[in-house]
Order: sequence, then C-alpha cells, then structure tokens
Amino acid sequence: MAKIVVDVMLKPEILDPQGQAVGAALPRLGFTFATSVRQGKRFEIEIEGEATPAILAEVSKAAETLLANPVIESFNVSVEN
Amino acid sequence: MKIGVVTFPGSLDDRDAARAVRAVGAEAIALWHGDSDLHGVDAVILPGGFSYGDYLRCGAISRFAPVMSSIIEKAKSGMPLLGICNGFQVLCESHLLPGALTRNHALHFLCSDQTLKIENNSTAWTSDYEIGQEIVIPLKNGEGSFQCDDGTLARLEGEGLVVARYVGENPNGSRNLIAGITNARGNIVGLMPHPEHAIDPLTGPSAGGLGFFTSIMSQLVSK
Repeated sequence: MAKIVVDVMLKPEILDPQGQAVGAALPRLGFTFATSVRQGKRFEIEIEGEATPAILAEVSKAAETLLANPVIESFNVSVEN
Repeated sequence: MKIGVVTFPGSLDDRDAARAVRAVGAEAIALWHGDSDLHGVDAVILPGGFSYGDYLRCGAISRFAPVMSSIIEKAKSGMPLLGICNGFQVLCESHLLPGALTRNHALHFLCSDQTLKIENNSTAWTSDYEIGQEIVIPLKNGEGSFQCDDGTLARLEGEGLVVARYVGENPNGSRNLIAGITNARGNIVGLMPHPEHAIDPLTGPSAGGLGFFTSIMSQLVSK
C-alpha cells in the first residue's frame, strides 16, 4: 500500500483572502514571523500496491480534471513513505 | 416553449427560476442532476445554491453530474444556457465560460440588492435590455469574485463578452467589476447576481431581472 499526496495551491497571481485573514490573525496572537500566508488543500490518496509511474500519471490526470482547477490553481503530486 | 431548470442536491433557487420561466409564459421543466435526459427542452437554467455542498470547489462536482454531459454537448451546439450564481460557477468549472469564481475579497457572505449595468444585449438572455441600462437585483454569494488571467480579461473586454458589471463599490473583488459574461456565440451566459429573485416588485427589489426571461422567450419564439 502506498500513499500519494496531492497538494493544491492557488496560483501566485490569484488573490487568497483566506490566507490573508490567517496572515492577519497571526500577529494578533503574538506570532510575528510571517510576511505572507497562502492557504491550500492537501489530498491524501491511498492505493493498493506500489505508486508506479503509470499510477502517478493517472493521479496527475485526476488532479488536473477534478482535484484542482487549472484556471486558478496549481498542484503537485508526491509519494509519502 | 420549454425551459429546463436543473436541480442538483443543494440547489436553492430552482423554484424561483421555474417561477420566472412561468412568469414569461414558458413551460418550466424540472431536470434532475442524475438524469441525462433533457426532456426536449429548448433552453436550460442552472440555478443558484450550494450544489453538492460546494465541496472541493463551488461547481466542481456538479460539472460531472449526468445531466451536465447532455447540457454541455447541447450548449456547445447553440442551446441557450443561463447559469446564475452557483450555476455560473458550474459553467466556469465546465469550461463553457472562461475564468473562475473565488472567495469574496472581504470573506463575508453577501446578501444585498445590487445595481448592475447591462453591457451586452446581443446574447440570448439579454436582448430585451438596452446597453447601459441599470437594473437592481439581489446579489447573494460567498464565492462571487470573478478571476481570470490578464489575457482572458483582455479578450473578454476586447470582444465585448462582459454582459453585466457591478455599479458602485466592488462588492466581491471581481476583476473589472464583472458580474456576468457570455461566450462568443452569445447562447451561454453566466451571472453572479439573481435575476430570478427580481421579476416582481412584490417579492423582489424590482422587476429588473425579468428581462433575462423575456429575452429568452423572444429568442425562442423568433426561431
């Protein structure tokens, strides 16, 4: 069994009001380290057997079709051990 | 004339859309998300609401409903299709219209009467308006900020594909105050505010939204 992770982020040029709200809340709590916060989504997908290149290609296709909207979002597929 | 109104799980405004259809003398046909049969309708409305709970992204799952495959095919060959609010989000997710609708810039869910300026009256859904005409109809959304890349924005503006624009302060952060757009053929229109809630001054802020429905009737009758 393998776990495949798909991270989805808004493209840099797309306004992220949720990330901005989180970024504005941090200093109110005394956390002053952040110059910018952007919020994304993480999908953890479990599969039977190994994460072969063929399966990763299929996951990328699924990410492009459903998990992310390529008009506003970019995504990254990785395998977690 | 038969105008279909789709009900997805989580649709809210299908009844008002059907009422608006009947108000202009057309027959409203209820279309179910799980049924790919369009029952011979001449046009389709995708209503507002929170289809499939707006899970993942607004409209992202509805786009793959069985009824949508038939609607996308017919719309590509010219069938008039209006997406209101959540319906507009479904049209963008289906790639029938460019761009995407994202979270309102101030994060608040909006519910207010909004003034719009009609900018294109050559679509199937806006022919009864005058260019520059201002109407007041309800705006209610959490994710109504129209976003697209610079190239798409230039194309929408250059080809006159902006159907309606917000008047006054930008309510949700939409680029260029865009409230609604159309495709090059003018049969597909997506609009964030709700004309179906403004067909009668008794129940809405005005009857300013009725023109969308009289327009499609004129269009279908003249065929």
